[in-house]
Amino acid sequence: MLVNEQVALDHGLKKDEYAKICELLKRTPNITELGVFSAMWNEHCSYKSSRLHLKKLPTKGKQVIQGPGENAGVIDIGDNDAIVFKIESHNHPSFIEPYQGAATGVGGIMRDVFTMGARPIANLNSIHFGSPQNKKTKNLLRGVVHGIGGYGNCMGVPTIAGQTSFDSSYNGNILVNAMTLGLVKKDKIFYSKAAGLNKPVIYVGSKTGRDGIHGASMASASFDEKIEEKKPTVQVGDPFTEKLLLEACLELMAGDSIISIQDMGAAGLTSSSIEMASKGNLGIEINLNKVPCRESKMTPYEIMLSESQERMLIVLENGKEEQAKKIFDKWNLDFAVIGKTTKSKKIELYFNDEKVASIPVNTLVENSPMYDRKWKKAKLPKKNKIKKEELNNLKVLNVLKKILSNPNVCSKEWIWQQYDHTVMGDTIQKPGGDSGVVRVHGTNKAVAASVDSSAVYCWAHPLTGGKQVVCESFRNLISVGAKPIAITNCLNFGSPENEENMGEFVECVQGISEASEYLKFPVVSGNVSFYNQTKDIGIKPTPSIGGIGLIKDYKNMITMDLKEIGNIVLVIGKTEGHIDQSIFARSILDEKNGPPPEINLFNEKNIGETLLKLIDNNFIKSAHDVSLGGIITAVSKMCIKGNKGINLKKPKFLINEIEYFFGEDQGRYIVEVTKKNLTKVMDILNKNAVHFDELGVINENELYINEKTKVTIDELKTYNKNWLIDYMSK
Amino acid sequence: MKSSVITFPGSNCDRDMDVALKKFGFKNKMIWHDDLELPKSDLVVLPGGFSYGDYLRCGSMASKSKIMKSVINFAKSGGLIIGVCNGFQILVESGLVPGVLLRNKYLEFICKNVFVKINNKQNSYFKNINNNVLEFHIAHNEGNYFCTDDQLKEIEDNEQVAINYCNKEGRIEDQFNPNGSIKNIAGIFNKEKNILGMMPHPERMIDPSLSGEDGSLFFKNLINNLK
Repeated sequence: MLVNEQVALDHGLKKDEYAKICELLKRTPNITELGVFSAMWNEHCSYKSSRLHLKKLPTKGKQVIQGPGENAGVIDIGDNDAIVFKIESHNHPSFIEPYQGAATGVGGIMRDVFTMGARPIANLNSIHFGSPQNKKTKNLLRGVVHGIGGYGNCMGVPTIAGQTSFDSSYNGNILVNAMTLGLVKKDKIFYSKAAGLNKPVIYVGSKTGRDGIHGASMASASFDEKIEEKKPTVQVGDPFTEKLLLEACLELMAGDSIISIQDMGAAGLTSSSIEMASKGNLGIEINLNKVPCRESKMTPYEIMLSESQERMLIVLENGKEEQAKKIFDKWNLDFAVIGKTTKSKKIELYFNDEKVASIPVNTLVENSPMYDRKWKKAKLPKKNKIKKEELNNLKVLNVLKKILSNPNVCSKEWIWQQYDHTVMGDTIQKPGGDSGVVRVHGTNKAVAASVDSSAVYCWAHPLTGGKQVVCESFRNLISVGAKPIAITNCLNFGSPENEENMGEFVECVQGISEASEYLKFPVVSGNVSFYNQTKDIGIKPTPSIGGIGLIKDYKNMITMDLKEIGNIVLVIGKTEGHIDQSIFARSILDEKNGPPPEINLFNEKNIGETLLKLIDNNFIKSAHDVSLGGIITAVSKMCIKGNKGINLKKPKFLINEIEYFFGEDQGRYIVEVTKKNLTKVMDILNKNAVHFDELGVINENELYINEKTKVTIDELKTYNKNWLIDYMSK
Repeated sequence: MKSSVITFPGSNCDRDMDVALKKFGFKNKMIWHDDLELPKSDLVVLPGGFSYGDYLRCGSMASKSKIMKSVINFAKSGGLIIGVCNGFQILVESGLVPGVLLRNKYLEFICKNVFVKINNKQNSYFKNINNNVLEFHIAHNEGNYFCTDDQLKEIEDNEQVAINYCNKEGRIEDQFNPNGSIKNIAGIFNKEKNILGMMPHPERMIDPSLSGEDGSLFFKNLINNLK
């Protein structure tokens, strides 16, 4: 096939990009070369619209071993232990084919983690669907949940936490973000940088098929009516092979034969080989006839662009081939020497004794396009004027019941019961809490992980929203008694070519940067997913933040269930009754305008650190951060989990009852303390200038609100638990 | 006491079982599916997981692997064998225990704590255990136990039902059946009661920080019975 401008356009390249390719090569590329360029230069692989802005993110810290730029980030958790972790999107494929899309998303992120030598110890996910009324939502939700479970369960890695939301902006473009944590010895971390000349380049894992060709390009374009035609671009996952690949790789890694290793993810053999060569400042020569293929007569173009799953590329030390092959034979996996490292600094491909491509590596990587897209700054919306009378007419209990059964607040047990969350025998906090927690096997340490996003806040004001998500992650870790260490982010946005969507991206990133800098909570890995839109309408900006924290002694972990009758419940952090953009305003008043709650980073840090101090002193019996639905929703969830009630009283403030109970002011936690320790706790809070209110005393099984209304916890549980079960069984 | 845990390609609860057995005093060895001979063992465990990816039928390919000949001989000589979850599926597929395991009734993988009532204590596994009800943990997609009416009669006549799903008080009712198993069956023995196949994972219940401690009770009792 002859290459011309039209062919390049059909590959998703822009006119000027094609011109640049011809200029860099000083000739017209052939079809294989064009395929390679289109795979490397698309948004998904090149970060051409986001690179400029991602540079602002703080990525360094005392505990950071590896920041962005590798397969995953790595942090130090002491005693020669390190945690490798990353979150990644698989949005577009999951909308086209929910089971396989979600499954391969989980498979891909686990490979990123074990490529670095770490055994995966926990999975998380953040999944977002259209409105429950949308006719596609139910099937997409079921397919995605089955896909995540299908892959993670088979791998034997527990899925310990997650987040699910519904919003009509995802009607035509759902989000599936998968996150994995792995455990590695600090001195046994593997990197993708190739080194040394004439070293064998090895292909291991599954055979290459025609699936997923141009998957990365598909993920870099918007959806339209022809979406169904893109089904063949979705990869098909085989978790069984990945489990074998995991064990085989870890077995090989126990020795000293690997120079570098890289999984074949987006853009398959193309990006993995180029990545290794580029980082090592080398060339790589590949004989494509040596690549194990599943189908006959595959062309060089297809082999290079296939996104078949469960494959790895390894550069080995000379002479170690036999020893390595034995391991892969034992696990029944393909093993093929397909090429070698060279000094040419080019990617050179051979097929049937002919050179079919020759591209200088730097043209694909350093010279890839980078755009400073136009973007529009968002204004802070004006506060709504909500009439006090309107609020006074509402009954707190009625509102509470509606909010507890709201799709975005209700229990997600239907989902996480389908994920094996206990395999590996170290899950000490299951899904449904503020963070999932797993022990570091055989030690007293435990790692807490949570994943968060607040699209509504980000949509209302991206800068504030960006900060808020980081703070929420910080709080979720602290609530279980973990010291926050670092984050990974998955930035899901609309088209970067739309000024407003690009503005949302730029300002969310700015917000994330400010918060993570201030909280010393650096970003060590992540990915960007643009073009999450159908036709011209982008999704609400949805950065997902995955946070990691450490609990030094797992016996000191905190859970959110109320523990003991007679104990006192406090809310720490100040309540001013911010109603705009709250779930109350949006779902009860049907008011969608106004600014999100403000973020005060000083308070956030101070309150969080003070709470950790209280936890260290063993003063906290249970804790939960206040988020969607405000104080009363948070307290209700603690009651439900602990099967206890509370006599809840609003302190005598000027603000209205509804504002107090449902306002979504930030930087707050609900905590349970014993009567005996109350004075000591109040002393510490006062000393650190942390505001708090006493909310009430724990009782057997009823929620009393200001001594006027009461409801049993069982009834609240029913409201909270049933919505999703009913919805899925209809 | 010596135990052997078999690792098949795709097994993923083998390590957890190893940890549990060692914790309660077994000298455990991990045995590769391709080996021909079992080492001398007082107990053999087929662990949970997705042997051969659950392809064809859960447990069917593993039941044909090399080591299984030796396992079957061990069974015939009266050796104790536990199959948990996928291990239970392998036992069923090898014909070492009767019946089959179908897909869960609601067609969904299910991971949660359940209660099981011990039906028969006249065997090495449950003899001397004080409790009648244990809190165990399940995590499976194909745990819906089924057999023919004739088989069921035989199983019941021989008192081969080991444990049934129930509530905290030990009531065996439909509403406490998580997967649609016939008669709420969660685990069964072979006729001789030296082989136990069960869906619940006792190895995930061996620490108060995990899902619970009734697994500890099970393993402690087992090793005491073997001494």
